[in-house]
Amino acid sequence: MKRIGFVLAMVGVCAVTLLGSAQAADKEPYRIGALFAVTGPASFLGEPERNTAEMVKDMINASGGINGHPIELFVYDTEANATKTVVAAKKLINRDRVLAIIGPSTSGTSMAVVPIVNKAEVPMISCGASLKIGAPVEKRKWVFKVVPGDDLAVRLMYDYMKKQGIKKAAIMSVSTGYGISGRGQLNKLAPEYGIEIVADETYGPKESDLTAQLTKIRGTGADAIINWSIGPPQVVVTRNWKQLGIPIPLYQSYGFGSKRNIKLAGGAAEGVICPVSRIVIANRLPDEDPHSPVVKRYKALYEEKFKGEVSVFGGHAWDAMFQLAAALKAVGPDRARIRDYLETLQGFVGNNSIFNRSPTDHVGLGKDAYVMVVVKDGDWAILE
Amino acid sequence: MTMPLPEKNQTVTHIFLFALFVAVLPWVFGLSRATSYYTDVMVFVAIHSIIAAGLSLLLGYAGQISLGQAAFYGVGAYASGILTTRLGLSPWVGIMAGMALAAGLAYGVGLPALRLKGHYLAMATLGFGMIVYIVFNEFIGLTGGPSGFGEIPPIHFFGMEISSTLGFYYLVWTFALVVLWISLNIVHSRPGRALRAIHDSEKAAAGVGIDITRAKVQIFVVSGVFGALAGSLYAHFVTFINPPPFDIFFSIKVLMMVVIGGIGSIWGAYLGAALLTFLPEWLAFLEDFDVLAYGIILLAIVMFSPDGLVGLGSRVMGRIRNIKY
Repeated sequence: MKRIGFVLAMVGVCAVTLLGSAQAADKEPYRIGALFAVTGPASFLGEPERNTAEMVKDMINASGGINGHPIELFVYDTEANATKTVVAAKKLINRDRVLAIIGPSTSGTSMAVVPIVNKAEVPMISCGASLKIGAPVEKRKWVFKVVPGDDLAVRLMYDYMKKQGIKKAAIMSVSTGYGISGRGQLNKLAPEYGIEIVADETYGPKESDLTAQLTKIRGTGADAIINWSIGPPQVVVTRNWKQLGIPIPLYQSYGFGSKRNIKLAGGAAEGVICPVSRIVIANRLPDEDPHSPVVKRYKALYEEKFKGEVSVFGGHAWDAMFQLAAALKAVGPDRARIRDYLETLQGFVGNNSIFNRSPTDHVGLGKDAYVMVVVKDGDWAILE
Repeated sequence: MTMPLPEKNQTVTHIFLFALFVAVLPWVFGLSRATSYYTDVMVFVAIHSIIAAGLSLLLGYAGQISLGQAAFYGVGAYASGILTTRLGLSPWVGIMAGMALAAGLAYGVGLPALRLKGHYLAMATLGFGMIVYIVFNEFIGLTGGPSGFGEIPPIHFFGMEISSTLGFYYLVWTFALVVLWISLNIVHSRPGRALRAIHDSEKAAAGVGIDITRAKVQIFVVSGVFGALAGSLYAHFVTFINPPPFDIFFSIKVLMMVVIGGIGSIWGAYLGAALLTFLPEWLAFLEDFDVLAYGIILLAIVMFSPDGLVGLGSRVMGRIRNIKY
């Protein structure tokens, strides 16, 4: 009898295991596509994005998937090349039959994919920065965005400047897409904040000395200098500003938001003011900041897994993946309903900020996507 | 280097058979979901073939190198894009304007540049390509600068809007086949023979009364016009343009298509365009190592078959024939 009981128990265990596994296998994976510039000139965007997307996929699958459905992620490298991106997007839609697409990483490749996803009616969450990706909404029915636009950074900066009593500002910007976009917003929004632009200097991305531009600005009676660039020129301008001993404050774009820039400026960065994404100051975020848990968790997980410093860009992929996961959990594998869910997404806390989308706003972020900081003792200090 | 030429009637038969092959291809791809997007890849193969055919005429037959073909490609794309979006003109007008502008540019640049030889000619065309690239980036009011511009309308053909991939596939391959036919005709004509004479010996060619400069400039203009046509088609297919697709690396890629396919063969340019466009798709399963495999395959072709895929093909055919007899 004992024996029979044992055998029965074994059979029972096997049956349960079999049933269980059969049930798991029954749940078809949710297919998600990703287009990231993993190699090529924009790999500094695409690589952390790819790493983060894979990491999030593993996290979700390890915790039982979405309503029991595992995620299957198809990642293609766009090399930031429009031709490659177009082919890869068609491949995701026609061959891999994905429910939605995350990426592309850059603005140019995102713009090239916009007509394709609109026509194929596949929701896409771009990680590009340009305002044009998300607007006008009538022509971007299936397109969403997680990166806050330059307008938000400029608004936050002008808000702060206004409080400081700054009336006249001098603009300096680099002649690349990044600088041109920032310069446009700086000029456009200045009147709204009662700020007069008294100088508008531009320079090339390889400039190694900007004293001429700064000397010119010194004579204009400006109350502050705003520099909008990325890469080496933002360090050059910082050093020149200190060397010339210009007594007015230097504001920089969010592109300055990396510890590396403070180090490269070698002490000259003390007093530089800029807007930054929360991930840059994760360690200094107060616990009552609603973003604190997400940002700190992401930073810890990423740095543990990839042994490198977390970047703002990977945070975009995190936000996009979790928004999509939330949509799939709520509405299931239906492209149109995923789109509707993304369009009405409310109160989603991500790395970038709290998203509140609407049929007239496919980004859903406010100027609190950035935090104003000042460089103090070789580190960032949050400004009130 | 140049291949022996087949009879003229034979050429027409070849083109006809090739056209049939191209016509049924999307239906073959459509049989399986895994290959259905190959139709999109084939659209780019056609676009790349058109620009490669132009360079093949210049490099393979006239022996003149150009590292500036991407500039013509860009001129075509931007002319078409700007005229259709800003002035609301028909895409056909845009395409014609792009080709005319490219012809003018090629003439203006070619006249002094084609007097140069070897490295100097390569440098001159490289510089030309870079200048045009800078213009795309800096003339923001006209080109949209680094951010580019979108909403380029699709092409209409007898009142029919061609916006589906399949429709565009047949349109772009019609152009590619016409370009193939024109190119092969140029090769077989008197100017083509003159070019091959220049390729072998400029002095001898001059000695038999060929106006060398004129012949070279003429073929440079043809290559520019083909480049612009390819660019316009790209603009109307992708409907968004910004400067990166028209940079120096694309010029080098076109050069690779011609060399890998087989210098001195127009068919080779088409083969090279197909291989270089499809290869990244076939190697995608290697993930991070695809670039490495891509490089090794191209290196192997150049090392073991300096006359490209066409040379490799004809040698294999030769061996097979030898076995028979």
